Amino acid sequence: MCRPRWHTVFRRLPLVNRLLKTFWLGLLAGVLGTAALAWKVPAVDVHRERSHVAVQNNGGNQETFLINLPEDRILVGLPGAETSIPAGLTWPGRQYLGDMQTELFKIRDRENVVIGVGSRLASSTETTGAFIEWALHFPARGTLYVELEVTPSADGFRNGTVQAGTREFAELDGTVREKFVSAADKSGESQGHIEIVTTLVGRFGEET
Amino acid sequence: MKYFLAFLIGAIVGATLFVFGLLYNPFLDKPGVSPLAVTKDRKIELTFSAVPDDALLYTDNGDTIVTPHPERVAELWEPAINHTRIWVTLLQDSRGAINGLGIKYSSESEDTALLKGKAMANSLWHIYLPDQGTLLIDQTENYWSYLRDIVIPARRSSADTWRGTFYRIMTAGPSALGTARVTGGSGRFDQLLGEAVESLSARGYSAKLGPVSMTGGLTIAIPETEQSATERVSSRL
Repeated sequence: MCRPRWHTVFRRLPLVNRLLKTFWLGLLAGVLGTAALAWKVPAVDVHRERSHVAVQNNGGNQETFLINLPEDRILVGLPGAETSIPAGLTWPGRQYLGDMQTELFKIRDRENVVIGVGSRLASSTETTGAFIEWALHFPARGTLYVELEVTPSADGFRNGTVQAGTREFAELDGTVREKFVSAADKSGESQGHIEIVTTLVGRFGEET
Repeated sequence: MKYFLAFLIGAIVGATLFVFGLLYNPFLDKPGVSPLAVTKDRKIELTFSAVPDDALLYTDNGDTIVTPHPERVAELWEPAINHTRIWVTLLQDSRGAINGLGIKYSSESEDTALLKGKAMANSLWHIYLPDQGTLLIDQTENYWSYLRDIVIPARRSSADTWRGTFYRIMTAGPSALGTARVTGGSGRFDQLLGEAVESLSARGYSAKLGPVSMTGGLTIAIPETEQSATERVSSRL
């Protein structure tokens, strides 16, 4: 019995005439090309500004963040206040949130470039204890969760500690200083700025 | 010329097949079962409306289909934050009573990998619960099934809408079991560490307006008993 030659059978199949071969080649190129595109081209490219970190004597690092007032305010929610920010915001009354004050800001680096957003929650009459805290979110870097002392120091600072950090800040611990600096310019356009200075070291004392 | 056309048509068909294969790959589906379903820890269940108009405040870069709310809220147009969205919403308990305030930051993540079915976001909840305290939830979320099951069908629909039933656990990490990390800030949560998951339940979506009928849920598991946490707060005071 004569066995068929496979290459002869293959050639006789209608799918493998030249035009169809070109089509199948294009199909393969389409699949591989799309896969390569999906693999190589990043779907998300988060913009990152250069970090302005000063190295400290103890091996930690210090960074200063600024909030210009009023331009960096996103939200101010005060219980019982007649006007909230932004205009049109319906802030819940004391029956829901007590005396808790909520503020949302854009956060800048020391070069005055916006690099993140943050929220400041504060309450002085909370039954479980007064608190002031920040959540600072930097999309390209991570988040810092900061608890501040309720009573400011004699020099006007409010000191605090880092409760938690994520991604770039995950292995860091340290202290935070918050200060409101009034505007030197009395024209009324600027109210001043909030300065947040973080001093961070590796959790186990390593250099960061 | 006819060979070029055959190649081009083949390439288009190939690319389309690849995209369909990616979208309907059953191996990329994530089960909708909460990793905290069987935990013995104390659980706090919170819900919120995931419709931007129901939020106290919603803002993003202003170029999305969802309109920032209220009208005059600052938009996040600066390059470093233009992949970020902010929600400020009231949180309710399981009976619908207002239980606190939540601020959610959600930033698109560079960990997004379409080939692996990952449309990732780095999210953060800053939460205040009156008479209990404050806490922070740090999580990564995967929006792949949300895009595949809701957004794409809505765009393909002639009415630009999607209606159906969707329920997923959105939290994908960073903890090993795919849970979010919880850090207590003040009050009863002071110094507490826990886990959380966020779920999303949807019934309606418009390709022109965004979410129409959606509810989010947060399940927070606190490993310590309330009693011990209260004792520690008392000792600090």
